Amino acid sequence: MPRVKVPRKSTSVDMTAMCDVAFLLLTFFILTATSRQPDPLDIKTPSSTVLFKVPDKDLAVLSIGKGKVFIEIIGKDVKMLTLQKMAALYSTQFTKSEAERFGVIGSFGIPFGNLKQFINADAKDRKQIEESLKGIPTDSTTNNDLYRWIEQSRRAVAELHNTEMRVSIKGDSEEEYPVVRKIVEVLQKQKVNKFSLITSAEAAAK
Amino acid sequence: MAELNTGGGGDKGGKVRSKKQSTRVDLTAMVDLAFLLITFFMLTTSLSKPLAMDIAKPDKDIKDENRKELKASQTMTILLGKNNKIAWYMGVPSPNTPPTIEGFGDIRASLLKNKQEVKEKMGGKDIVIVIKPTDGSTYKNFVDIMDELSITKTNINAPAIDDDPAHLMDSEKDFMRAQGILK
Repeated sequence: MPRVKVPRKSTSVDMTAMCDVAFLLLTFFILTATSRQPDPLDIKTPSSTVLFKVPDKDLAVLSIGKGKVFIEIIGKDVKMLTLQKMAALYSTQFTKSEAERFGVIGSFGIPFGNLKQFINADAKDRKQIEESLKGIPTDSTTNNDLYRWIEQSRRAVAELHNTEMRVSIKGDSEEEYPVVRKIVEVLQKQKVNKFSLITSAEAAAK
Repeated sequence: MAELNTGGGGDKGGKVRSKKQSTRVDLTAMVDLAFLLITFFMLTTSLSKPLAMDIAKPDKDIKDENRKELKASQTMTILLGKNNKIAWYMGVPSPNTPPTIEGFGDIRASLLKNKQEVKEKMGGKDIVIVIKPTDGSTYKNFVDIMDELSITKTNINAPAIDDDPAHLMDSEKDFMRAQGILK
């Protein structure tokens, strides 16, 4: 009895469909990816159970950590208009390319006087500049840098998008309250009585 | 004249059949690469946006006419002190009803208890919370207490956040100093 030979099936699988799926997913992830700006201040936000998502436009984020304050204005157009307004206030000039460069800076914390140098520096030097300085000046005068940044960015948002800018505070858990209070006072001076505190998620207690 | 000779070298008799190459490419490597990139992007993207807690504070320099008078027995004052400690009291602090010192673990029960008591005493009125963060407290304490209020749903009327150090009463200061939770 000769054995019946089972013909061997080839084990190679058609990979075309697999490849299609993979690249479809890949494109999706690339397109939805938002590059996260590295935070110059290492902030650990406290957690809370609130479920309100931070909007992603018309927003300014004030980061507080190590006693310093950094500001991040969301949106390139708003940033550039804010810079223009600030320059007018401090009667300085920024070239077009400087404004462009400023438009892609994320969070920054330097006195306005050092801004030109900061914009023209590259990423490595920027970090050093920021570390050597004490964040945005928030002395108690009515026209300190922080006050003006917030005021001008609010005006910029109102001009460009006709909405009220939201101000969020992103503080480090271990930051002492007086620092936060100082920021809140600056906000309240310009009648921003409503602001949000950025927290990380935490499971709601049942 | 303007002709192109595409004949090539002319055929020598029979046609030379070039062997048909298979057009199938091995895509395994390609798929590997694609999935590698997918995993990379999945791990580096943060689809979760940060959350925000809304805080509303009363206007500072407003000469407001519609201020409400609150009964002392309806209010609960929460003092945030040093070392993650809380001191709270109902109504007006007096020597015979000293504030209670608690940690953040116990405050929830007290909030619920006081809320219930106020409801019973005042005929269904809601409790009013005054929060006084002192200089010794951290930002985390502040966020935590606001969070506790929202968990226990005691913030029906927005809690009054009074962070002006000048508003800290002497009796409160003395008590906190005695307990070692004043900066």
